[in-house]
Amino acid sequence: MHELSVARNIVEIVEQHLPSATSRRFKTVRIRVGEIANVVPESLAFCFGALIEGTALQGSSLEIERIPLGCRCRGCHRAFQPSHFAFLCPECGNGDIEIVSGTELNVVEIELVNVEGGP
Amino acid sequence: MNVITIERKILEKNDEVALQNRTFLEKLGVVAINLLSSPGSGKTSLLECVLERLQGRVAVAVIEGDVHTDLDSQRVARYGVPVVQIVTHGGCHLEAKLVQDALARLPLERTQALFIENVGNLVCPANYDLGEAMKVVVISTTEGEDKPLKYPAAFRNAHALIINKTDLLPYLSLRVEDLKRNARQVNPALVMFETSCVTGTGIAECCEWLLGRTSVTP
Repeated sequence: MHELSVARNIVEIVEQHLPSATSRRFKTVRIRVGEIANVVPESLAFCFGALIEGTALQGSSLEIERIPLGCRCRGCHRAFQPSHFAFLCPECGNGDIEIVSGTELNVVEIELVNVEGGP
Repeated sequence: MNVITIERKILEKNDEVALQNRTFLEKLGVVAINLLSSPGSGKTSLLECVLERLQGRVAVAVIEGDVHTDLDSQRVARYGVPVVQIVTHGGCHLEAKLVQDALARLPLERTQALFIENVGNLVCPANYDLGEAMKVVVISTTEGEDKPLKYPAAFRNAHALIINKTDLLPYLSLRVEDLKRNARQVNPALVMFETSCVTGTGIAECCEWLLGRTSVTP
């Protein structure tokens, strides 16, 4: 259950990017989570919701893009998605495999909307 | 609609501190080993066996991670090695900052190998770099041969796998070869050992390998 500390990191990073004074409302925080990043999206969204209460981010939602595990063989350069975490090249059987996606844990962007009656 | 692009790693703060730890330890010539496993696989017992065997051969220090107690550091302290206990108070993993604070309390200029015993958990600790030179995963024979497939991140990032409690094998249906095959599937580069802290099997091989990774001549 490290989703709370992950959520805390997300809030900290986003707060560093917020405009100091704005009539806009923060609507969506978008993040990218890889298949083997060991994060449960539902728990993360719950923790995020709890943490932003009473902050500038209150009311915003967390949008999570899941990135599937992707690999590439360092021998024959074949790109593949391993099944059952078999890090073996389906083409040449090589075990020297590079993980090219699926470990992501990134804050991508925040989306703001104008508040009704604002400029 | 307005969008502010951020594109930053969520765990960047941990990664930064981990890099500081790694640079600091490498400069001092300390080889740090991050020990990962599920609860009860025998990390502390293994550590005790290793400490006993390495006594007088290599200068060791230990950082113990535990959710609520200092029971493990009490056990380790009996071997006369410097030990710092980190109590996470519910936290399921160690983070680089906690380790950095612990490093400040150890006599590292006189240390060659540093064991960091993580909180018993195969999920979260796999995601937090502590600044170690290598990760070693411990799995006990009672846990089943499927664990490398269920917790791939922990096994994928490890240098070595220690299969512990081999003395129980006669009473179990576990096939060590299946466990090894699954582990190799996730990480073909894994160095594997089979140990028993009850009979002492495999401890010597483990220690020689560890010594080979430090600046000490085996």
